[in-house]
Amino acid sequence: MNKGKAFIKRLTGYRLFLPLFCLVLVLFSNLIKTPGFFEVTIKNGVLYGYIIDVINRASDLVILAVGMTLVVAASGGTDISVGAVMSVAGAVCCFILSGGQQSVNEFVNPYILGVLAAVLAGILCGCFNGFLVAKLKIQPMVATLILFTAGRGIAQLITKGQITYIRVESYKMLGSSIPGIPIPTPVFVALIVVLLTYVLLKKTTLGLYIQTVGINAKASKLMGIKSSMIIFLSYVFCGLCAGISGLVASSRIYSADANNIGLNLELDAILAVALGGNSLAGGKFSLLGSVIGAYTIQALSTTLYAMGVSPDQIPVYKAIVVVVIVALQSTELKRMVSKLQMNIKSGKKVA
Amino acid sequence: MPNEIVLSMKNISKTFPGVRALDHVDFTLRSGEIHALMGENGAGKSTLIKVLTGVEEFESGEIKIEVGSQTIINHSPQEAQEHGISTVYQEVNLCPNLSVAENLFIGREPKRAGLIDWKTMNRKATELLSKLDMNIDVTKALENYSIALQQMIAIARAVDMSAKVLILDEPTSSLDDNEVEKLFRLMRRLKADGVGIIFVTHFLEQVYEVCDKITVLRNGGLVGEYETEKLPRVQLVAKMMGKDFDDLEAIKKVGKTAGKSSEPVIDAKGIGRQGTIKPYDLQIRKGEVIGLSGLLGSGRSELARSLYGADKPDSGELKVSGKTVVLHTPRDAMMAGMAYLPENRKEEGIVADLSVRENLILALQAKRGMFHPIGSKEQEELANKYVKLLQIKTASLDTPVRSLSGGNQQKVILGRWLLTDPDFLILDEPTRGIDVGTKTEIQKLVVQLAKEGVTVMFISSEIEEMIRTCSRMAVLRDREKVSELIEEELDQNHIMKAIAGGGTDE
Ligand SMILES: Nc1ncnc2c1ncn2[C@@H]1O[C@H](COP(=O)(O)OP(=O)(O)OP(=O)(O)O)[C@@H](O)[C@H]1O
Ligand SMILES: [Mg+2]
Repeated sequence: MNKGKAFIKRLTGYRLFLPLFCLVLVLFSNLIKTPGFFEVTIKNGVLYGYIIDVINRASDLVILAVGMTLVVAASGGTDISVGAVMSVAGAVCCFILSGGQQSVNEFVNPYILGVLAAVLAGILCGCFNGFLVAKLKIQPMVATLILFTAGRGIAQLITKGQITYIRVESYKMLGSSIPGIPIPTPVFVALIVVLLTYVLLKKTTLGLYIQTVGINAKASKLMGIKSSMIIFLSYVFCGLCAGISGLVASSRIYSADANNIGLNLELDAILAVALGGNSLAGGKFSLLGSVIGAYTIQALSTTLYAMGVSPDQIPVYKAIVVVVIVALQSTELKRMVSKLQMNIKSGKKVA
Repeated sequence: MPNEIVLSMKNISKTFPGVRALDHVDFTLRSGEIHALMGENGAGKSTLIKVLTGVEEFESGEIKIEVGSQTIINHSPQEAQEHGISTVYQEVNLCPNLSVAENLFIGREPKRAGLIDWKTMNRKATELLSKLDMNIDVTKALENYSIALQQMIAIARAVDMSAKVLILDEPTSSLDDNEVEKLFRLMRRLKADGVGIIFVTHFLEQVYEVCDKITVLRNGGLVGEYETEKLPRVQLVAKMMGKDFDDLEAIKKVGKTAGKSSEPVIDAKGIGRQGTIKPYDLQIRKGEVIGLSGLLGSGRSELARSLYGADKPDSGELKVSGKTVVLHTPRDAMMAGMAYLPENRKEEGIVADLSVRENLILALQAKRGMFHPIGSKEQEELANKYVKLLQIKTASLDTPVRSLSGGNQQKVILGRWLLTDPDFLILDEPTRGIDVGTKTEIQKLVVQLAKEGVTVMFISSEIEEMIRTCSRMAVLRDREKVSELIEEELDQNHIMKAIAGGGTDE
């Protein structure tokens, strides 16, 4: 009995308990309305089903959330340009591969060139943001607002205001699946990004430095850790992630749609970080938390969709659920509850 | 004199994860009484205060204000304030980027037609501070002032809220004798007005100077309540530590080094920085402990910072071990073998949310560089070594450093720099908030390091401590190095004269 209690206490004390709990809750709520939610079938050698859809569609967001986590942790601010940077990356890739034409049926330039250019574009955007925030000390929200508004314009400029189509099977693979592999490719991309980031943070001391800078920049300076450098790097990394995510998103629709790639995704990315139990004020972070947060958001969207909520109403329900989840995790609420308990207890004593 | 009870706490218990911080503690305060709350680092003093003022919740026990009244539970410091309890917490918790006046009147700003009346507020703030002989610009942001002045401002704020109970948690930890005297005058005046004062400090002389009663805590438990007159100093120390320990005797054994040997490790010529420290020359030899003394704001910390490259000097030349170096950043200084323990541990020292282990190894890690992470086994060994050496009281190595007691946090950042194995160690108020027992240990350690060839720069507001450890002393006045005192001149008299500008120099 006591052992069980101690176990539950240990479990709930675990940092990622709440984010995981919320994800599971969202997923299992489907058992009531959509019993088939967890069914997985194979069509044309590829896995299908709602749950696969969640894992697949969440990939773009997972990649973004990884970058966003580092930015939030190091600078205590957010990068609101990631959605726009995705579209820039998509546009650059398609531009290179199509050689500037509006629609092509085969690559004009080697595929790898397009990919590298897109990633580079993401990194450059990150450098720009990082320079504004770390060197010029402009508030992150304002600094990244520039690319947030200008980014899609740049993308339009690259695609000459039209949607560039790459109608090549191999271009679609990144966003759909590779023949012979039943799991959608984006899942792997997300997995690789998360793993590589994790290794990077562990094998170098970047993770420790980012937290240190986020918690106490003055102290880190005296210890010889340059906060501006660390913050700059975090924005560059975030740009890189946005670039990769943009590639996946563009591959999904085998085109560069400057107006729609990554639309509103920056907000979801920020939300994913918060849902993962990370403080938006910066400092200590959990990468895994943000990843769980990203899957939670996608699970929520797919769940609402599966329940037949009309697409234009989905944001409303999403907002409500998000508020509940965030409130669940707030320490202030915990304090209030425990105070209430205490008051009730002491009230009983008096009576 | 002391008459009716203004505050009684009975059977208070409080547990943090892994620590029993308070175990059935009683505490009674009467009006017109100055009551010392004593104990080693981590004994539970600050926790008792936080429980009283609603910063922390407690599990059991009761708090009463005045006899026969209802028991109360404060849920927040504001509520405590309404009950007439005014507090200066151990870590100054004012807002660094607000003006001094705003900090003094936050939450109770004088208003006119619903808007803040800035003129009145600034005037009142100036008046309030001048009562404490502080003539500073109240419209400037608080962060422009030293930690000592910030401490005085926090005190002024608490005092002005005219309470029945005033709590001061280590208010004197970074004050020098002058400020302490001012504070004591103020406390005596409040005492005469019938205010009950709780006073936490690690300075025993201060306790015997102003306090009527002493309550001693040890490891979260109550040892007892005593009249100051009836409790000799040696016994007080024994009660705090739970064993006999004669701090004065132990200190005598510290012994010093001369450090007269060889060529200078540090040779500074005309180093200065506009607005913070005037150009100075300074030579420090290997194995020497040089003290910096001077009044508050005389530029002691500024001198240290200019050597370390924390505030880059704009003139002068620096030689380290005979080689000319330019230190652009603290990192350059670290690579040149320097280490700098800053005086403001909350703002510039601890990384609150990181663990004790991480806080300890951080500086060494930064020195080794980003691509050479210290393995977890080595981290553990190093951290364990310094936890033991400095007697850091922590539930585990993975405890966030923020949940350590003030003195133990100080030990952690001291350990952080010792761990980098420096050739030149700058210590700015290293024993701030550290208890008697450990303090002598640290002083011994400093002297020991010097014997092993480490060069040390030592800054402390406590002249006694400097006399004990330093072999030479540089004196500062008005942001200028005015003189040096050699070993033979190191006594209270000479130093006081030199600091005040009495005459030995020039
Ligand atoms: N928020 C917290 N979480 C966990 N443990 C805590 C917390 N605050 C204090 N403690 C623990 O409670 C014990 C008592 O701490 P407290 O701050 O009251 O000591 P103190 O007597 O004020 O010491 P000092 O002289 O160093 O200020 C310590 O062991 C400390 O580690
Ligand atoms: Mg304390």
